[in-house]
Amino acid sequence: MSREAILAKVRASLGDKSAGEDAIRRGLVEERLKGHPAGILPMSQDGGHGFVAQFVRKATEAAASVEIVKRSKAGAAVVKFLRDHNLPQQLRSGADPRLAKIAWPKGGPQIVAGPSDGGDLSGLSHAFGGISETGTLILLSGKDNPTTVNFLPENHIVLVEAADIAVNYETVFARLRKKAKGALPRTVNMITGPSRSADIEQTLILGAHGPVRLHIIVVED
Amino acid sequence: MVEITSPAFKDNAAEALSDAQLQKAMRHVKSNFIDKRAKAAAALPEFGDLRDSARAIKDHVLDNLDLYLDAYERKVTASGGHVHWAADAVEARGLVLDICRKANARTVTKGKSMITEEIGLNDFLQANGVTPVETDLGEYIIQLRGEHPSHIIAPAVHLNMDQVREDFRKAHTHLPADRPMSEPQSLLLEARGVLREKFLKADVGITGANFLIAETGSSVIVTNEGNGDLTQILPRIHIVVASIEKIVPTLEDMSQIVRVLARSATGQEMSVYTTISTGPRRRGDPDGPEQYHVILLDNGRSNMLGNEFRDMLRCIRCGACMNHCPVYQSIGGHAYGWVYPGPMGSVLTPALIGIEKSAHLPNASTFCGRCEAVCPMHIPLPKMMRHWREKEFEQHLTPASMRSNLKLWAWAAKRPGIYRLATGIAMPAMRMLAAGRGRFKWFPLAGAWTKHRDLPAPQGKTFMAQWKARKEATR
Repeated sequence: MSREAILAKVRASLGDKSAGEDAIRRGLVEERLKGHPAGILPMSQDGGHGFVAQFVRKATEAAASVEIVKRSKAGAAVVKFLRDHNLPQQLRSGADPRLAKIAWPKGGPQIVAGPSDGGDLSGLSHAFGGISETGTLILLSGKDNPTTVNFLPENHIVLVEAADIAVNYETVFARLRKKAKGALPRTVNMITGPSRSADIEQTLILGAHGPVRLHIIVVED
Repeated sequence: MVEITSPAFKDNAAEALSDAQLQKAMRHVKSNFIDKRAKAAAALPEFGDLRDSARAIKDHVLDNLDLYLDAYERKVTASGGHVHWAADAVEARGLVLDICRKANARTVTKGKSMITEEIGLNDFLQANGVTPVETDLGEYIIQLRGEHPSHIIAPAVHLNMDQVREDFRKAHTHLPADRPMSEPQSLLLEARGVLREKFLKADVGITGANFLIAETGSSVIVTNEGNGDLTQILPRIHIVVASIEKIVPTLEDMSQIVRVLARSATGQEMSVYTTISTGPRRRGDPDGPEQYHVILLDNGRSNMLGNEFRDMLRCIRCGACMNHCPVYQSIGGHAYGWVYPGPMGSVLTPALIGIEKSAHLPNASTFCGRCEAVCPMHIPLPKMMRHWREKEFEQHLTPASMRSNLKLWAWAAKRPGIYRLATGIAMPAMRMLAAGRGRFKWFPLAGAWTKHRDLPAPQGKTFMAQWKARKEATR
């Protein structure tokens, strides 16, 4: 079996370990896996202005468009985004109860439920959280927010609660661990701006295989 | 399998230097990557501390690699995935093919992955009736051309837009001949359209991994285009091919290293997509693969763990070393003759294919030290290239003329009186001969040097004389 052979070679390269040494190593590894120390955490750059302001700035730098709206106006913001970009009022979206509660203006968009099959122009998701350090969104797979919605439609609209925007990845991971109870969702997407490529003469172009536009709506009470 | 042309490095390099297309394309490397990295590093006050932290994490993992591999495997299995172990390229390819055959797979999409280049996966699958489709834009372009990546993160960096346009014209014959193709944007859009259909039809998706997380049993890919994500969520089966040193302990450890990865690679603070995949789709999930396989590849790593090249296993494949290398900038990646180019390749390639086939690579360095200075993982690349030069010498791979000249020099250097006498005569003589111009267009025994540039005549006094004067002055 290659498994045993590889592990034996790894152990041989690490040098002969006494039983005592091995026990110490085991202890260290278990401690690290359990304690998951954070390491060096960059200071928040916007300090007193709060995480949301920095999140908006960083996501905008990453070429996303961002707006902060009151909860009652979230539906109107989605409708306006579609209209401003001459897009049909049609959206692909999962079963997230927070999306189901959106108050749509009269004659709001037509929402097609379920995963995307590649035929949708626009998708709507709700993020698990946001990270002000780099303007990054965290989205979790599942029926509430199918992962295909994050990648197949050309336009991706993402709602995120202002209260779920944290200073760094580590804060969101802590929430994720609590929610996941030992097993992460199949896919955890950390998304920073719309997709891009610089593979032709190092010229940066937005909209490679994923969305061309990423519009983030920060929902406030 | 990528044909090994490293033994012909000198010819390859000479050809590259006279290739006008290549030289034009390589200008983008200098102007783009270096400035962007410098800006990104300067903008983060904690960048230096994060590099130290990233190094410490990887060193800790390597010290305990057996235990972390075991912990990782248990977590993958617990989340419904399968771990397969491969000692070498042959085993890894066989495992991938087995999975494809069991699934009756006809086509596989691929995310960008250097490890599948290392094991020569594409040719092998093709020969066995499974069609691999590269989906990263750069990888797609070079697959159309029958080439291999010339850079580990910018695989088509050696090409110009005109070449890409011609390739697309030849390959996409189903599209109207008069379609717009003058801008990079229209070429990207064209590739997006063509590849979208392949994504939706593929039976299997194959990705590499930037990290494997022991705590959660996850694989992580870091990308900008989104093709890696479509590769790992659309097909029925997702196969991850990763080498054993990709392990990090926890999510926190991953994010420590992620903070230095994109900044060092493209100068971004964060790549667009950092995706953590754990097992197959869960009950009730409307999308995601039904099967999740990880192929853990050794291919020489367990060996490196026990020798002087262990630090190389910290490498996170950001490409900063090659972007900053004056040799790489001048000759591009293909001249190195195998999968991994630039300084990291000059250390890794001899470990993977043998120093006898790649002895030129650790010599293809000016030892300016920029590679080590920008390496986010503090890998002492020049030191390790020196180790390879020593091995080359020990194994008598160095040319006879060089060995005898080195011996002669060593003999003199060990006899300071003779050495001083010789340099004392040679220096003023050379100055006199170079009269006025201070350099030579030709010099005896230095033909290889003067063929491409002038040889400067020594200036001032010998080092020993200067040292003596300095000591006397400070007495």
